[in-house]
Amino acid sequence: MSTTSQPESISIAAPRSSNRTGQRSNFELYSWLFMRISGIVLIFLVLGHLFIMNILDGGVQRINFAFVAGRWSSPFWQVWDLLMLWLAMIHGTNGMRTIINDYAERDQTRFWLKMLLFTAAGFTIILGTLVIFTFDPNIG
Amino acid sequence: MATLTSVGTLYRGGEGMWTWVLHRVTGVAVFFFLLVHVLDTALVRVSPEAYDLVIASYKTPIVNLLEVGLVGAVLYHAFNGLRVVLIDFWSKGPRYQRQMTWAIAAVWLLLMVPGTFFMLKHTVEAMFGSTS
Repeated sequence: MSTTSQPESISIAAPRSSNRTGQRSNFELYSWLFMRISGIVLIFLVLGHLFIMNILDGGVQRINFAFVAGRWSSPFWQVWDLLMLWLAMIHGTNGMRTIINDYAERDQTRFWLKMLLFTAAGFTIILGTLVIFTFDPNIG
Repeated sequence: MATLTSVGTLYRGGEGMWTWVLHRVTGVAVFFFLLVHVLDTALVRVSPEAYDLVIASYKTPIVNLLEVGLVGAVLYHAFNGLRVVLIDFWSKGPRYQRQMTWAIAAVWLLLMVPGTFFMLKHTVEAMFGSTS
């Protein structure tokens, strides 16, 4: 065996060639962009929500069923809360997806953690949406 | 060596790295609270009593203190997120990232001091008596 021969498994791609085989997806680009755009919108929605709920007028001490009923009688706050729910859940789920991809090293672990994440997120988004749309102030 | 590698890097060592770490930690904490918060709000579909019962736990001293922590985490995540957006989209963002770090620390403190006062006012009065 000659010392100059190389193992066949070593192959070096041409410079600047794509490191992926098949079609290239822009998903991570859109995900990156979504985090920034939704983040800016959420600053207004969430900080407004926290200010009204936790600081204004006695804060959390005045919150009860009647308070929620009063707010959700207005389409303005329904839309506010719905938008906040969807944007915050997708923003948070995408952040958690990034963190799982970064720290879970085994393929199986990554896959199942993300399945658990997407299931919990889907359930929470659907539940929250149903609650906003089917709210009944005269329940009970 | 240390000075050589730290030149021109944004995310290794120093403020750039620690703001990034804190951004992740606060993000995860807020995400888990969000899941719980949607669930507790969903109790308005069960009965007014069920909702009022779980909201009553939010009014206890310990959860009230956790609320201050939550608001602090959200505020940090919001302002540092804005800093990240400026680093990415503003041509002078990377050059001013360190100044922006101190700016968000200042704004955070400026909002948290009166915010904490109003959030804990009722709890402190209930525990130690009203001063007025």
